[in-house]
Amino acid sequence: MASRRQIAAMKQSLFDQDYLDEQFIQLEELQDDANPNFVEEIVTLYYRDSSRLVSNIEQALERNPLEFNRLDSLMHQFKGSSSSIGAKKVKAECTLFREYCRAGNAEGCKRSFQQLKREYATLRKKLEAYFQQARQAGPFEAARRSK
Amino acid sequence: MNTCVDKMTAETGMDDPGDQFPVGMRVLAVDDDPTCLFLLGALLRRCQYNVTTTNQAIAALELLRENRNKFDLVISDVHMPDMDGFKLLEHVGLEMDLPVIMLSAHGDPKLVMRGITHGACDYLLKPVRMEELKNIWQHVIRRRKFDSKEQNKPNNQDKQPLAGSGCSPGSAGTSNTDQKMTKKRKDQNDEDDEHEEDPSTQKKPRVVWTVELHRKFVAAVNQLGIDKAVPKKILDLMNVEKLTRENVASHLQKYRLYLKRISCVANQQASLVAALGTADQSYWRMGSMSGLSNLHTLTAPRQFQNTVFRPLSSSGVIGRLNTPSGLVVHGSPSSRNIQFGCAQNLNNSMNDPLKFQSTIVHGNQNGNLVLGITGYSERDQLQHHKHKSISSVQDMANASCSHTSLPSVRNNSFMVAARPQNTQGGGANENLSSIDSQPSEISRSLLDHGSCGANWSNGVQPTQILPSSYPPTGFPRQLGFLPSSNPSGSSSITLMYSQSHDATANANSQGGINSSGHMSSNVQFRGWEDRNQDAAYRSNVLCSSLNSLIHENSGVSGSASPSPTDPAFYRNLNFNCGNPIQTKHDGFAKLAEEIPLRQDQGYIIHQQMAQQSRISNNLGSLDDLVGSLMKQDKDKVKLLDGDLICNNYTVGTSM
Repeated sequence: MASRRQIAAMKQSLFDQDYLDEQFIQLEELQDDANPNFVEEIVTLYYRDSSRLVSNIEQALERNPLEFNRLDSLMHQFKGSSSSIGAKKVKAECTLFREYCRAGNAEGCKRSFQQLKREYATLRKKLEAYFQQARQAGPFEAARRSK
Repeated sequence: MNTCVDKMTAETGMDDPGDQFPVGMRVLAVDDDPTCLFLLGALLRRCQYNVTTTNQAIAALELLRENRNKFDLVISDVHMPDMDGFKLLEHVGLEMDLPVIMLSAHGDPKLVMRGITHGACDYLLKPVRMEELKNIWQHVIRRRKFDSKEQNKPNNQDKQPLAGSGCSPGSAGTSNTDQKMTKKRKDQNDEDDEHEEDPSTQKKPRVVWTVELHRKFVAAVNQLGIDKAVPKKILDLMNVEKLTRENVASHLQKYRLYLKRISCVANQQASLVAALGTADQSYWRMGSMSGLSNLHTLTAPRQFQNTVFRPLSSSGVIGRLNTPSGLVVHGSPSSRNIQFGCAQNLNNSMNDPLKFQSTIVHGNQNGNLVLGITGYSERDQLQHHKHKSISSVQDMANASCSHTSLPSVRNNSFMVAARPQNTQGGGANENLSSIDSQPSEISRSLLDHGSCGANWSNGVQPTQILPSSYPPTGFPRQLGFLPSSNPSGSSSITLMYSQSHDATANANSQGGINSSGHMSSNVQFRGWEDRNQDAAYRSNVLCSSLNSLIHENSGVSGSASPSPTDPAFYRNLNFNCGNPIQTKHDGFAKLAEEIPLRQDQGYIIHQQMAQQSRISNNLGSLDDLVGSLMKQDKDKVKLLDGDLICNNYTVGTSM
């Protein structure tokens, strides 16, 4: 089991590597006695809901020709929820994707989306690992301490 | 952030919301995204508000309709699948008169503008922060105070203080209102079956203002004329059972407040735009703005959804712009020119450009929106209409908010919003539909700023265009009036916006167009070439240049002789300019910078321009014209004097 320091370091590295931004800190601040697992809950909710979006986007990207408006709209939603949990890199990829949409650049969209999926998956793994460690150490404490 | 936590231990104050306010403030949060909704709910609860969440706008409306007094504030996302956030906003504003805060992941100034013109109290960006939510209660208090002040005003002998408008029972702010209500109610309360005589609790059987009901209401108000609309007469016209005069009076008051809010917002927006674009208001006032506005709206075909424009074309509001050339006019950057074309047709309707202006002023924001609308695919028809509407919108927009025409403007925004969305609900929608079919009415109504009501239903058409057509571009760049919902709308507005340069440029361009019909033509030409949103930018630039031109030659507009509808007209324009117009955005940008124009105007112009670009091949030459115009004052002057300005334009507009 990781020590609290290690858990804190884990979290810090997520910030340092731009996986997460200050929004994540807001989430942690919302975690308290009344909502002891808030952060994990919202992240879980995010991954569950956004997976639907991701597959919608994927399907839309397989159409020919691409419906940029629709893609843009889907990505807008995705970006909104990603930014709500502080998923920094994912959010940045969303922005890039939308720019490609606006420019009507199909190749760019597809490329960007692949990158986005990678970021999305990586973040998920990292967060899962983090939560696991934090849970073992005591979720509330971990959140507090790592601030 | 921690302040909220500290307050956790405090009493919730649910039993006495007034004292503990903002603790216990009842908020309804609406967002289709579960993650965001979850976060929002948590944040609001942390602020000690009483939170109800729903992921469906329709469910939210039902909740609100069930009991208007159940909530103090509504926070809603903009992009929702079942209903557009702006529509929800309108409904809530009209039916319940509750403060609504918009949320979006998009910080697009255009969207923000749209939110404001639709009456939102605030516009927050996602991810929402605690600090922002901690202050949202101010909107509730503010509204209460505002409403109670309104009630003090002797508007209408039948006017009854809005019952519970924005006030929650028990709040300090309501007490004054309640007292007044009681007094007035006693005075007026004779034949009507009354609600309980208990103003402080507002426990009267509440009438639910459904879309249908509101539509009848608006129709009645329009028929009577907003200034003459008294609850008794409205009630008679509506002919609805079980509706009391009090109900109508209270709704009327809310309606008026709503319009006023919109106008104020528009006013503020206009100022903001002006600030951004350093547009010179005088530009706008100058010429036949109305003409411009029409043009503008016309030019924004791209941006608007077809549906929006459709209605316009139905009745030749503008009276066919004189034929195809009229259409061309649309494309011409100079909204002025367009106006001319339109002006010919519009003459009757736009006899009083000043009126337009005044009416439009209010609608500045709306007007811009309208412009966007013109981006419908049915440009040809629309253009005619649009021109009309655009100019009117423009005028309205340009004019000060103080004009009563606001209502029309308001309508426009409503309509616009409603239109693109093909929504059926709400008065807004109603307006749209009514407007669409009677573009001419609208233009007339626009002209007549006295008849706000009429404008509401009629005027909406032209103005409708704007909201929808505005492409969601950055506010700085584009005055942002363009409704983001218009895919094509961006064209016209984008013209203005195409100026990818700073907002100033845009503002300039826009301003130029509006104020100076002449100018707009130039600008518009630009827009033609640029179909996409960039065109809007460009048009902005053009507009600004146009404005400057117009500014210089305020009187010129009248001098143009060639009929706008004549394609040769455009060619002439081109000739006059003498200078090859740079079709590049950059050119516009420069011009825009030179010409401080109100963004609002620019928007309108853009629209027109956008449309024109689509429509006519002459655009290219127009662009040239614009470019040259912009570059050279004297050229501009020439243009203005000469061919640019159509007779019509002068006729229609009081440039």
